[in-house]
Amino acid sequence: MDLEAAKMVGAGLAAIGAGMAALGVGNVFGSFLESALRNPGAADGQQGRLFIGFAAAELLGLLAFVVAMIILFV
Amino acid sequence: MAGETAKVDPMHQFTIEPLFGTETLDIAGYNIAFTNSALWMLITAVVLWVFMLGGMKQQLVPGRWQMMVETFTGFIDDMLEANIGKEGRKYVPYIFSLFMFILFANLLGLMPLGVVGLHPFTFTSHFTVTGVLAIMSFAIVLVVGFWKHGLHFFSLFVPSGTPLIMAIFIAPIEFISFMFRPFSLGLRLFVAMMAGHVLLEVLSSFVIDGGNAGLVWAGVVSLPSFALMVAICALEILVSGIQAYVFALLSSLYINDAEHLH
Repeated sequence: MDLEAAKMVGAGLAAIGAGMAALGVGNVFGSFLESALRNPGAADGQQGRLFIGFAAAELLGLLAFVVAMIILFV
Repeated sequence: MAGETAKVDPMHQFTIEPLFGTETLDIAGYNIAFTNSALWMLITAVVLWVFMLGGMKQQLVPGRWQMMVETFTGFIDDMLEANIGKEGRKYVPYIFSLFMFILFANLLGLMPLGVVGLHPFTFTSHFTVTGVLAIMSFAIVLVVGFWKHGLHFFSLFVPSGTPLIMAIFIAPIEFISFMFRPFSLGLRLFVAMMAGHVLLEVLSSFVIDGGNAGLVWAGVVSLPSFALMVAICALEILVSGIQAYVFALLSSLYINDAEHLH
């Protein structure tokens, strides 16, 4: 396998990270909804924490994107 | 790779082109030409200024415009109140400017103005811009932290009640996570915006190439791609709002650390 092909494969593998982050983000919102429906009164107060969790989970997926971009273009 | 190379270059939309001043404007040997990035920052600032000016009439019974502006200010005010507490009030101007500037920049960058010949440029999709915004937030954290607590600010790295043996391991980890903050703050915004615009560009290339390939391909490829593009555009508007909110939220959380330690 030459370097160019290996780079393409590597970038494709890095995309797995984006999919994993999708699981994480889905988990954050899913768990929030699950408990928000149990106790709607407390849900509004936790919106800030929801987005902190979302941001933390999403960042890792975006890092996977950055890795793919670095492999492809740098 | 396919036989022919792709005609559409999804990264082309992020090129920074100098508009004027390439020869004359120099500071210490560095060229500071007025670029399309600077132009769109200026446009964002002007639009934001007009938006705020229209809403600051301070009528007792607010009209629609004033209501809109006051919703935003109230939103940021509540966020700071919830995250920092009473001391959070003095950060409202900074966080509000940050939030509105990023929000307007993201939204203006999504405007479908290419038809008129004006090409919207999303400057928040550049790490140089978001990095500077993140460094501003980080600098405020450092200044406030050292101003208020002096060298006691370093106790941020050792959560209270940590046994000494654990503290040896936790302190470096906390330090690294603290130093990574401005980086992650800037990176998140820039990558989220860039990824969205690359996706839109790739989908639009599907639409165009499918349309060029004939009627059958236009039906099979272009139409679904176009439908997806419309949906992704809606998603991008949501992402614009969420990323601006997350940036402001995390900035306020970091400032909370500086105000109260933990």
